[in-house]
Amino acid sequence: MNRNIKHLLHGLLCGCVTAVLSLSAEAAPRPVKIGAIFSVTGPAAFLGAPEARTAQMLVEQINKQGGVNGARLELILKDSGGSPEKAVSFAKQLIEEEKVLAIIGPSTSGETMQIKALCEENQMILISCAAAEVIVNPVAKYVFKTPQKDSQAITWIYRTMTAKGLRKIAVLTSNDGFGAAGKKLLEDMAKTEGIEIAVNEVYDKAATDLTDILTKVKGAGVQAVVNWSIVPAQSIVAKNMRQIGITAPLFQSHGFANRKYVEQAGVAAEGILFPAGQLMVVDSLPDSHPQKKILAAYKAEYESRYKEDVSAFGGYAHDALMIIVEALRKAGSPDRVKVRDAIENLQGFVGVSGIFNFSPTDHTGLSLEAFEMLTVKDGKFTIYKQ
Amino acid sequence: MDEASLLLQYLLSGITKGSIYAVVAIGFNLIYSATGVLNFAQGEFVMLGGMVAVSLARLVPLPVAVFGAVVIVAVLGCLLELLFFRRLRRHTVLHLIIITIGLSIVIQEVALHVWDEKVRALPYFTGNEISSIRFLGAAISPQAVWVLGTVGVVVVALHAFLKYSLAGKAMRACSSNPEAAMLAGINIPVMRNLSFGLSAGLGALAGCVISPITSTHYEMGAPLAIKGFAAAILGGLGNPMAAVAGGLSVGTVEAFSVMLWPAAYNDVAAFGIILLVLFFRPEGLFGRRAGQGVREH
Repeated sequence: MNRNIKHLLHGLLCGCVTAVLSLSAEAAPRPVKIGAIFSVTGPAAFLGAPEARTAQMLVEQINKQGGVNGARLELILKDSGGSPEKAVSFAKQLIEEEKVLAIIGPSTSGETMQIKALCEENQMILISCAAAEVIVNPVAKYVFKTPQKDSQAITWIYRTMTAKGLRKIAVLTSNDGFGAAGKKLLEDMAKTEGIEIAVNEVYDKAATDLTDILTKVKGAGVQAVVNWSIVPAQSIVAKNMRQIGITAPLFQSHGFANRKYVEQAGVAAEGILFPAGQLMVVDSLPDSHPQKKILAAYKAEYESRYKEDVSAFGGYAHDALMIIVEALRKAGSPDRVKVRDAIENLQGFVGVSGIFNFSPTDHTGLSLEAFEMLTVKDGKFTIYKQ
Repeated sequence: MDEASLLLQYLLSGITKGSIYAVVAIGFNLIYSATGVLNFAQGEFVMLGGMVAVSLARLVPLPVAVFGAVVIVAVLGCLLELLFFRRLRRHTVLHLIIITIGLSIVIQEVALHVWDEKVRALPYFTGNEISSIRFLGAAISPQAVWVLGTVGVVVVALHAFLKYSLAGKAMRACSSNPEAAMLAGINIPVMRNLSFGLSAGLGALAGCVISPITSTHYEMGAPLAIKGFAAAILGGLGNPMAAVAGGLSVGTVEAFSVMLWPAAYNDVAAFGIILLVLFFRPEGLFGRRAGQGVREH
């Protein structure tokens, strides 16, 4: 056939194919990339591992149900191993190469503070799963966090002590970042809450036996003991206290909120008091409780899929991801400015850690009600009643 | 609580800690005596002993699990010697020590992948987490008594083995004069292998018996190795009884320093005393001066 007609038909064919392809491309929007930096291995693995698992589980569920606004979610997960340097390099990668919509994590306050300025400069939404106040104070427009504040946990502890008439206490903290942050807050807030700290000791986080420090505590005759650390010290303090015959009540930080720690402390865990979100006692919540549905669903899915106890830490990641999802739905498109504004205007958002109410001055969103005072009875977590 | 009971409580606390260090220090001593190598992977043997026992304890009763863990880790110690140290004839002791440091890092990472980051513990051998034996107003956990008992039995058994059995005498011969031992027909590589295996097994036993007190997790090896090494040096390398004395001394110094100063300084006190002793007696409390048959028992 004539060469000109051949060219014409060829061009028409290409044009048709392109039109069909572009039509179908618009029908299925591009996947929305969400970055995640968690310390899945390393010293903070007890935080990062459940956070990563939770995020992966949720993204799969959302995609099965059709994604958000018709677009699939793509989770890009990076393991920082708890190292702030790696967190910085992963953040740069997610911002510049992957160009994600938002980043959830990191798991620790140290890592978060290293990338806070970087995210703010690049207008990258960051929803951290770490607890330090300095993450949201001073407020950075693009930086939020989901865990409750350490100071709120301590308020609960001190108010419970005051209600029980316990004034003279011992404060034991580990020598890592978490312990040091807790120590400062415990000391500062003791004065305003009318608590006298008679013994104030820091121990090595790798310590294997703490009976010597507890002997000092026993000698001081305090009415209560506060321990602010992570495992294994949490259970070692509990065991040692009872072994040398201290009967005063033991208060722990909200880092105690995992059934595994109760198992490790065994019988010594009975009567330990600590503040935690409602997740740990979801079974005893009435059906009318606003968080019941989400908590029960999260617990059931996580435990059946991963065959391990659910913990408050995974909950931080749950909330971080679902806040982005909700904001994305409201914003209508994966535009960072719109999504950020949507996050900041979220009110009454029911999460695992509590009910969030964000505002331009409050990028944590949780109040004292996000916590409940829990205790251990017969090896189970129950709500502490005076 | 009156003064005397308080002092006694500090002492008991020091003995509890000290026995943990002592049981690690014995392993250091054994390999050093037989081969001149300071095995910085000793802490990892302790960790592996605990981890393997916890895994086995899910399948078999506790004593069988402990026995199994000791045997498995002892075999592992022999394998490691075969793989890494058998061929290194002309390397200096410093090289070998650095290799043990590398080994300890590798073993830690492998443990992280085989088990995970979670903390585990064996059940208390007798009693539970809150049982305590009380006397004169002070209290000690029964598990601490188990640790002390194990240390005692191990020291006596090791002493008997080294002094009276043929293999033990051969080991001592290797350490005091390798050339003469070879001439006498003793198989030096086999002796070295045996000492690694024995040391690994002892480390594993230590890991099992301290597990209820300290909990077992993949990173516990390194801090224990440092304290155990310090205890071994304080007592004097080359003498298992001295290792026990060294361990108990370090533990007691730490406990009493908590009584006087903030707890954060207990490491300072412990290492301060060690440095002081070594300054005046470089061979340790019970060691012999170099040149006087330093590794003899």
